[in-house]
Amino acid sequence: MSVLVDRETRVLVQGFTGSQGTLHSEQAIAYGTRVVGGVTPGKGGAIHLGLPVFDTVRQAVEETGATASVIYVPAPFCKDSILEALDAGIELIVCITEGIPTLDMLAVKARLDLTDARLIGPNCPGVITPGACKIGIMPADIHLPGRVGVVSRSGTLTYEAVQQTTDQGFGQSTCVGIGGDPIPGSQFVDILELFEGDADTEAIVMVGEIGGTAEEEAAAYIAEHVSKPVVAYIAGVTAPPGKRMGHAGAIIAGGRGTAEEKFAALEAAGVRTVRSLAEIGEALAEVTGW
Amino acid sequence: MNLHEYQAKELFARYGLPVSEGHAADTPEAAVAAAREIGGDRWVCKVQVHAGGRGKAGGVRLVDSEGEVRAFAEEFLGRNLVTAQTDAEGQPVGKVYVERCTEIATELYLGVVVDRASRRVVVMASAEGGVEIEQVARDTPEKILRAAIDPYVGAQPHQGREMAFRLGLSGAQVREFTDVFVKLVKLFHELDCSLVEINPLVVTGEGHIHCLDAKMNIDNNALYRQRDLAGMRDATQEDPREARADEFGLNYVALDGNIGCMVNGAGLAMGTMDLAQLYGGTPANFLDVGGGATKEAVGEAFRIILSDENVKAVLINIFGGIVSCATIADGIIGAVTEVGVNVPVVVRFEGNNAAVGAEKLAASGLDLVTADSLADAAQKAIRAAGGAP
Repeated sequence: MSVLVDRETRVLVQGFTGSQGTLHSEQAIAYGTRVVGGVTPGKGGAIHLGLPVFDTVRQAVEETGATASVIYVPAPFCKDSILEALDAGIELIVCITEGIPTLDMLAVKARLDLTDARLIGPNCPGVITPGACKIGIMPADIHLPGRVGVVSRSGTLTYEAVQQTTDQGFGQSTCVGIGGDPIPGSQFVDILELFEGDADTEAIVMVGEIGGTAEEEAAAYIAEHVSKPVVAYIAGVTAPPGKRMGHAGAIIAGGRGTAEEKFAALEAAGVRTVRSLAEIGEALAEVTGW
Repeated sequence: MNLHEYQAKELFARYGLPVSEGHAADTPEAAVAAAREIGGDRWVCKVQVHAGGRGKAGGVRLVDSEGEVRAFAEEFLGRNLVTAQTDAEGQPVGKVYVERCTEIATELYLGVVVDRASRRVVVMASAEGGVEIEQVARDTPEKILRAAIDPYVGAQPHQGREMAFRLGLSGAQVREFTDVFVKLVKLFHELDCSLVEINPLVVTGEGHIHCLDAKMNIDNNALYRQRDLAGMRDATQEDPREARADEFGLNYVALDGNIGCMVNGAGLAMGTMDLAQLYGGTPANFLDVGGGATKEAVGEAFRIILSDENVKAVLINIFGGIVSCATIADGIIGAVTEVGVNVPVVVRFEGNNAAVGAEKLAASGLDLVTADSLADAAQKAIRAAGGAP
């Protein structure tokens, strides 16, 4: 068991033949991910990395039985690519691309909410179940199959959290980067629900940052529904208000969305928070007794 | 990206929103000519800067003669305006806006935002116009009316009508408000806005709905398809270091501490700043050098960080993902040699080939301090910068 993906997940790559699509597909295949082909409009019929290329996602789904798709296409084309995957019946769409216009994502999210499909990202490292399936751009070798579920809005902070859980010997059940955009396809709450229901996940690490209220929503959800221990870190205590800190979604607007508010909400929900990102692994050891 | 009021009003006019006749001027002569062209004997002069609080700072003035128009332009053009929302330096004034004077009966607030929690574009209105809407939201949230817009259907007149009635408008004002409501949302969508605010939206002396102020922010990620708007960018209103970083694809935000930070990844960059503060130091900046952290990017990052003379040490924190720390070490060595860095540099590598990267730094003969953990890096950087303040 794991969440979202496992050894059997059949993965398509949208933007397969581009440089990003090629680089990360090679690594995913080497990791053992069941990549079954890719989509590049106009290149249908070609073979790339030993796998078939299709013109459309629908065709690729019909031929390969893929249920998951990862998107490496440039930002201006992502709305179309996500909706194409949705229309073709893909159940799990992982969008890595950064820089998608917010109004594109609002429209995508509204359509997505009418279906059972799940979108992870955009502007995220992807999803990995260590030892089974890697979809995205995260470095494979910091991961260790294990029992901690990791969910994060930031790429490199996910890697930090993963490294610490690996160094402690706990390993990870599944790691999900939900991305740094203001309108993500999935929120903390969506992933927390999955981790709570997953037999392989025994504890959860949640990495948030300034901007929006996703961490506060997560805190409320944890208080009500999560029985597993949760360790949380929030980045951006020192971020000045009104400034966008790299990620499109990382901004304190109108005095709201500060790290302190988020820490307070999580602490009130019984979550073990750490103020130093270096202490995630140790805090996990404490709350679990491992 | 922020627009000036005069630019926003020009766009408002294109969408048929009621704005006053006005012209932006960059010389006193042009300001007087603008007043003449508008005609009449009373105008409003407004300083054009990317900051709120202009009125309280004296940057908005009602004038009754061409001489006063000239005097206003002479007073502000080429100077900086300091408001409650700027830093101590203020924002440079390159243009003043001269506008026909409007009689005000009532002041309202109308704004359009992307509401992250509901994942909708939301229109907000309040009968409490002219004041800071954040203040109203904090103190009396019940006074803010909200309407969520369906992304596939757009703003509907009934939503505007309902808002108008609840704001206490009547008769022709309801129709006029509804028209503004629908057109404003259309503008928001078509121009990829992240924020539009009319504060105040007024009922004029003659009883008409009128946009007295206009604030527009554009989604940077959409500028590729908003070429006209991209051309409206006013770089003089931006921090020059932030603008320069932007040109090189780096994300930089200036702070007022003394530890320069160079990090790969936005989240980790924030986390590194927080760590510096946690151990008693003060971060000088946020800087995401990008996943690749090439020699060019690192070199430029050094130049930008070191152009801040408060910086007493540089903390480099790299988590090597796909890119090897060994490659990044070469970038750092090359950049330090080329740029001539005159403050201590502390480097922490983690992930892909971290040990090899650290060995390369040690063997370079350069004055680079390596750290073996995050905490160690933060503490070494603080010591190098002269200790906790």
